[in-house]
Amino acid sequence: MAGTGKAHLRNSDDVLLRVEDLVVEFPVGRTGLKVNAVSGISFDVLKGETLGIVGESGCGKSTTGRAIMQLPSPTSGSVIFDGTDLTALSGEPMREARTKIQMIFQDPISSLNPRRNVRDIVLEPLSIWNRGTKDEQLATVDKILEHVGIDPQRAAESKPHQFSGGQCQRISIARSLVLNPQMIICDEPVSALDVSVQAQVVNLLEDLKKEFGLTLIFIAHDLAVVKNISDRIAVMYLGKICEVSSSEDLYRNPAHPYTDVLLSSIPVPDPTVAVKKVSVEGEPPSPVSPPAGCRFNTRCPNASDRCRSEEPTLREIEPSHFVACHHPLTGGDAPVTVRNN
Amino acid sequence: MSTNPATSTAITPDETIVKKKLGVGFWLCVTWLGLMAFIALFTPLLPLKSPTQNFLDPANGRPPYSPSWKHWFGSDKDARDVFARTLHGARISLTVGFAAITAGFLVGGTVGVISGYFKGWIDRISSFVFIVLLSFPSLVLAILLTSLIERSLLTISLVLGLLSIAPVGRLARAATLQFADREFVLAARQIGATNRRIIIKEILPNVAIPMSSLALLGMAVAVVAEGGLSFLGLSVEKGITWGGLIQLGSESSKTLEEAPWIAFFPILMLFLTVLSLNFAGDRVRNYFDVKETTL
Amino acid sequence: MSPPDVVRSEAEPLVETVEIKTHFKTPRGIARAVDGVSIQIRRGQSLGVVGESGSGKTVLSRSIMGLLPRNGVIRDGSVRYQGQEIGNRSSKEMRAIWGREMAMIFQDPMTSLNPVMKVGKQITESLRLHLGMSASEAMTIAERLFRDVRIPEPTRRLNQYPHELSGGMRQRVMIAIAMACGPNMLFADEPTTALDVTVQAQILELISEQKRDRNMSLLLVTHNLGVVAGYTDEIAVMYGGKVVEKAPTKTLFADTKMPYTEALLRSIPRLDQPSHSRLATIPGRPPDIVHPPKGCRFAPRCAYVRDLCLNEEPELQQAATPDHTYRCFYPVGSPEYLERKVELTRKGELVSTGDLN
Ligand SMILES: Nc1ncnc2c1ncn2[C@@H]1O[C@H](COP(=O)(O)OP(=O)(O)OP(=O)(O)O)[C@@H](O)[C@H]1O
Ligand SMILES: Nc1ncnc2c1ncn2[C@@H]1O[C@H](COP(=O)(O)OP(=O)(O)OP(=O)(O)O)[C@@H](O)[C@H]1O
Ligand code: SF4
Ligand SMILES: [Mg+2]
Ligand SMILES: [Mg+2]
Repeated sequence: MAGTGKAHLRNSDDVLLRVEDLVVEFPVGRTGLKVNAVSGISFDVLKGETLGIVGESGCGKSTTGRAIMQLPSPTSGSVIFDGTDLTALSGEPMREARTKIQMIFQDPISSLNPRRNVRDIVLEPLSIWNRGTKDEQLATVDKILEHVGIDPQRAAESKPHQFSGGQCQRISIARSLVLNPQMIICDEPVSALDVSVQAQVVNLLEDLKKEFGLTLIFIAHDLAVVKNISDRIAVMYLGKICEVSSSEDLYRNPAHPYTDVLLSSIPVPDPTVAVKKVSVEGEPPSPVSPPAGCRFNTRCPNASDRCRSEEPTLREIEPSHFVACHHPLTGGDAPVTVRNN
Repeated sequence: MSTNPATSTAITPDETIVKKKLGVGFWLCVTWLGLMAFIALFTPLLPLKSPTQNFLDPANGRPPYSPSWKHWFGSDKDARDVFARTLHGARISLTVGFAAITAGFLVGGTVGVISGYFKGWIDRISSFVFIVLLSFPSLVLAILLTSLIERSLLTISLVLGLLSIAPVGRLARAATLQFADREFVLAARQIGATNRRIIIKEILPNVAIPMSSLALLGMAVAVVAEGGLSFLGLSVEKGITWGGLIQLGSESSKTLEEAPWIAFFPILMLFLTVLSLNFAGDRVRNYFDVKETTL
Repeated sequence: MSPPDVVRSEAEPLVETVEIKTHFKTPRGIARAVDGVSIQIRRGQSLGVVGESGSGKTVLSRSIMGLLPRNGVIRDGSVRYQGQEIGNRSSKEMRAIWGREMAMIFQDPMTSLNPVMKVGKQITESLRLHLGMSASEAMTIAERLFRDVRIPEPTRRLNQYPHELSGGMRQRVMIAIAMACGPNMLFADEPTTALDVTVQAQILELISEQKRDRNMSLLLVTHNLGVVAGYTDEIAVMYGGKVVEKAPTKTLFADTKMPYTEALLRSIPRLDQPSHSRLATIPGRPPDIVHPPKGCRFAPRCAYVRDLCLNEEPELQQAATPDHTYRCFYPVGSPEYLERKVELTRKGELVSTGDLN
């Protein structure tokens, strides 16, 4: 299978999370058809590393994040976190294991209960797990709120809607931190925010990561944001991984035609740079009936007959730079066309 | 701390939101309802005339007597004091209304929330039951049931409660569905909250508001329904209820014409009570309507 | 389909506002959402309006369109369209202008389309209403419009409901509807905020292509300066209901005057920065528009603030280059600015000003 392959998985003791052959399918009503949201992807994340996941809307980024948390459990594949296969757990051990990974969602407002007090929201994890006395819990909460830049006094008196979007996102972050997780999955945490607020949240995540020794998975569709925060980036397209590389490399030498499209779609804040003509037309095909061969072949400027029948697997074109493409733009076989920018 | 973004300190005091007001009308309604509740609870202790005694007063001719200083609301054909009877009527009418809606909420609300949260087969079964319940014309069902059983305060309340299960349950389910897939519920699950805790702490506070206004409206409906039953002679046997009083007062058009007060005062009380319940229910809903989109 | 072409000199603005104010009565007091804004847009020209959430961008474009709530609004100033005052017209009178002369694309394509009506019907409705076409005529035009905005299989799409379309497709439908009656002036209010970067690029490309082909004027609203850079001739930066800097696009980027614009520009993550480089942020929060700060509205958050800024409101200043105005006492490049900049750099605070926030 392709866009598949495990050439990029690392054999290190430092691997905190290792996802193999992850498949998530959703039934389409009672038609017997299924949405192939995630189709057999593998990746790993080292301790202290930040893995960025980018890709168009609907390519399965959130589904991947949720499948790691087992919310819901994947259709097949394994998720090995810190030596334990989460897919094999259920009941109480599952509930416990989940607290080590936390997730932050895109919509800052909808991820906070509108009827609860902000301080209670952040306190909730501690009170579920009975960590310490009530006073200790409150002290922890106030410390963390302070940390993310929310006044604990105000948090004690206010409901989420009395805060701005950026502040709500900080509150979500605070909530995810109180249980001392090892890993945080950020699902488009800044997509709904103003550029200036976006920068604040990105900086905050970087700081917290250092301070708390966190490992991050950062999901977004804007490669510029992801590049800034990530050490390694996986590019997804229609339920598959098409390129994995260090963030610097990916930006300097995009090898997959789709990565190239993503890169050229980012608006450049400079009027003297001519706007690049978007090199891709149309929309991704339906995940209910993905195309045979390479999933990008319907929109790819380089697509050949081989792409339409045989699915490419991830292979290393440079050290630590993997791509699933028959005609990558750099390295490997000569590209069919020249990059158009 | 260097990484402390003190966003919050930049907030001006004006940032505090303006308190919404419930309004004078709401408090008037609450006062009225409080008064009714007080009367219903303490009727036997109040210095009232006996509701069953005949206060025949030959000097005044034949009853019914019109309202006077002696009989504030007048008397009925048997010379019984309408004022005392109306206040005694509040007891049964309100108790039935309250008990019915409580029963409806305990059963319907619980089933509704659970089926909205877990979905799946629980939901399919309960939805079916709700539909079956709803497809009976409720008044017909009530008449049918009440004519078959011994009509005590408890059984009448239960019958009316049974009728409120389906509408209450459906609303509870719809309200739950709206929140069950929200990200804050997902967030609660990932911090390890159990289903029970999620339902109690995350779902219920959100569902409770539309439900509480429904409770007030539902109680109004139950009070009216009880009135309807006793009008048909199918409510609590031997008890005094507003519906029964109205029925007595409007037995024939002659009674209504000659002694309108017999029916008028119970009707007035019923009307004011139902109006207050409706109005208060409406205000409560508006008051708790949280804006979630203020960014 | 061609718009009523009034031959006018190119230099005369198509749309012009003079000191317009739009204030809302709220329980907390008067919210000065738009507080004295003057802009001109010439035929075929595009103006970008940029600013943080709540700075008044939407209210500004709606004030020009006359699409404001009926109650609780206080308006002042003048709005001219083709030289005629339209600021005081009723919505009944404005209806002749909406659609045919001015059209608007909204931020959220899902809520602005009617969910229970087929998209084809929604577009022909407007054609038949404004241009009095027959049903079949309108359908033919609708199909052509769909093709214009690059909707594949237009005939099939016309028969679909909004929820059957993806976000990008819905936004194309919105653009097609806005273009239906050939407006002279298009307002695009954050047309791509809800979409991902690839679709965003496609949509912006499409809008600017339509603008070019139809010699239409465009007002493009966004919070990201990067988005407007390639697609506008001129940019107005809004802050707390006022335009704080306005300049031709190239000038604005090359010769930024307002510290706020500078800060906004720096907060955009760039691909050419190395990973893990610290993003510049703007400390503090947007101003309270009910009780705006006394002096410069940006003063409480500005790194270059001095006493004067806190006490007096800066007037609109003219920069050296034509058409470039700004509101600031100590603009970028002024001696006071440079002096403070040296201080900040020495203290190592310049890049990380955001941390104070
Ligand atoms: N519960 C579900 N039932 C059916 N289909 C689903 C469900 N959740 C997601 N999908 C489908 O799976 C695919 C992947 O969705 P996912 O939300 O993971 O995408 P994404 O990459 O996170 O997109 P976005 O950037 O829009 O958040 C989509 O086609 C989506 O419609
Ligand atoms: N009808 C209204 N009544 C009261 N205040 C309003 C009303 N409409 C807008 N406002 C206020 O006016 C200010 C400007 O709002 P506007 O919608 O123009 O901001 P914006 O710049 O478009 O922001 P965004 O980027 O979030 O769309 C905000 O503070 C808003 O709360
Ligand atoms: S060149 Fe072929 S394999 Fe590579 S992305 Fe294009 S279609 Fe896929
Ligand atoms: Mg997603
Ligand atoms: Mg807006």
